[in-house]
Amino acid sequence: MTSLLTRRNFLIGSTLTASALGLTGCDALAENGNVQSVIRMAERLTMGTQRFLIGDTALAREFGAGDLSPTFRANGTTMPDGAEYQDLLAGRFARWQLQIGGLVERPTSLSLAALKAMPSRTQITRHDCVEGWSAIGQWTGVPLGSLLKTAGLKKEARYIVFHCADEYEKTLDGSGWYYESIDLVDAFHPQTILAYAMNGRDLEVPHGAPLRLRVERQLGYKQAKYLMRIEAVADLATFYGGNGGFWEDRGYEWYAGI
Amino acid sequence: MFGSSSTTSGQQTLIRRHSLTVRLSHWLNVLAMTVLLFSGLQIFNAHPHLYWGQYGADNDPSVLSLDAVDSDGVLKGVTRIGGFSLNTTGVLGVSSVDGEPTVRGFPAWITLPSYQDLATGRRWHFFFAWAFVLNGLVYLAYGILSRHFRRDLVPTRSELTPAHLGHEIADHARLRFPKGEKARHYNALQKITYLLVIFLMLPGMILTGLTMSPGFNAVAPWLLDLFGGRQSARTLHFVFATSLVAFVVVHVAMVLASGLFNNMRSMITGRYAIRTEAPLASPSEIAP
Repeated sequence: MTSLLTRRNFLIGSTLTASALGLTGCDALAENGNVQSVIRMAERLTMGTQRFLIGDTALAREFGAGDLSPTFRANGTTMPDGAEYQDLLAGRFARWQLQIGGLVERPTSLSLAALKAMPSRTQITRHDCVEGWSAIGQWTGVPLGSLLKTAGLKKEARYIVFHCADEYEKTLDGSGWYYESIDLVDAFHPQTILAYAMNGRDLEVPHGAPLRLRVERQLGYKQAKYLMRIEAVADLATFYGGNGGFWEDRGYEWYAGI
Repeated sequence: MFGSSSTTSGQQTLIRRHSLTVRLSHWLNVLAMTVLLFSGLQIFNAHPHLYWGQYGADNDPSVLSLDAVDSDGVLKGVTRIGGFSLNTTGVLGVSSVDGEPTVRGFPAWITLPSYQDLATGRRWHFFFAWAFVLNGLVYLAYGILSRHFRRDLVPTRSELTPAHLGHEIADHARLRFPKGEKARHYNALQKITYLLVIFLMLPGMILTGLTMSPGFNAVAPWLLDLFGGRQSARTLHFVFATSLVAFVVVHVAMVLASGLFNNMRSMITGRYAIRTEAPLASPSEIAP
């Protein structure tokens, strides 16, 4: 009995030591470049599997007016402080224009009034933050696909990049400007809209006035606010950190479907 | 692989208890579930509040919350479940990071990575979720095709009578474990527990996880109805995880109590020793 207890205590002791070592070891593993590149393979597997199961046009759930969140939490930047944005805001966005450029046949710019005059789509959907919380809101806007058809995508275009008016992180090299990108499957999805209204009113500043992206089958950080310019591109490598978005450059997945 | 005796030595018989597939999938599961738990707590810490329903954020009522409150300049960790609050300073809500009281849902020693890093926590969680799911699918296919579930895990009718179950519960409570021929097979409590884990808790874990995915919601919107919304699914994911931790605690305690060496050997080499009560040789051979 004594020897059994001793052996058991030894085992328990060594297990505790091993787990303590294991946890500091885990931090080291998580920071190891080779390990990271293996761990990151899960993103492609998830995207491939979800796209295969989902098809290109399966819709995100739409809710009823009774399901709206009483308070829709505003996240990220809630008031861009750049002079250009402040000037546009002071003029109630009358001088704001959305630039559509890059790999398109007909680069254009559209005023807020012009966007509002176009055929629109209204949807009540759930916004899921990567942190874990959700809020349900109603969005009205122009389907991105119809804008891209009008502009005429060139053959080489593979992604749409969204440039925003908020500098989320102040840096000397200007790498802290918010931007996002989606591929053409999501760009032409029927629920992907550039929204100018929320819950029946003009989009408020904390939620991205005057225009924000809604790409409903992905997480909140893809829903870029304060849109200034959208650009069709062949490759994401040339923008900022090269990963296709502000949070993607800080370790988060480009495919935010999970 | 139960019950096929291979060697005998005196009154101790080594039987082949666990097949190679079961052993490999068991240890891969230990690794995957350990990483999933620690990285899951890292993800939870990004928003340490749980809700019920389709939506839920800071301004909505939560069912569970790990909070930090400032009481006279001192950080206090408060765990709230429904209307019930508990001071959990040091472990939940507020815990020590480099000697400093810090606002954290779960403490650093139980999250992966130990410091706050949601992006890394997510990547590890999803990588090992894939390992866990693929491992589980191989195990399920094996369990059905090899008749492992039918032969070893489905209780017989007589095992399910209240008298028999009552007897087993009483034996378990006194840490009296089956010996001899009875030790060749799982007892009814083991069978029921393993079936619940394999067919309810682990699938529940995976399905509530998938229900939190906006992409998967478009694939299978019925999951939102099954669990009552994304935030309910997130809460249930936590409940399933907690009950799996409870299962592992009891499982490991039972392994220790019923013979650590024999149990570990059976899950590593497949061989498990049982003591036979009667001599194996026939009486005529004993008395010439």
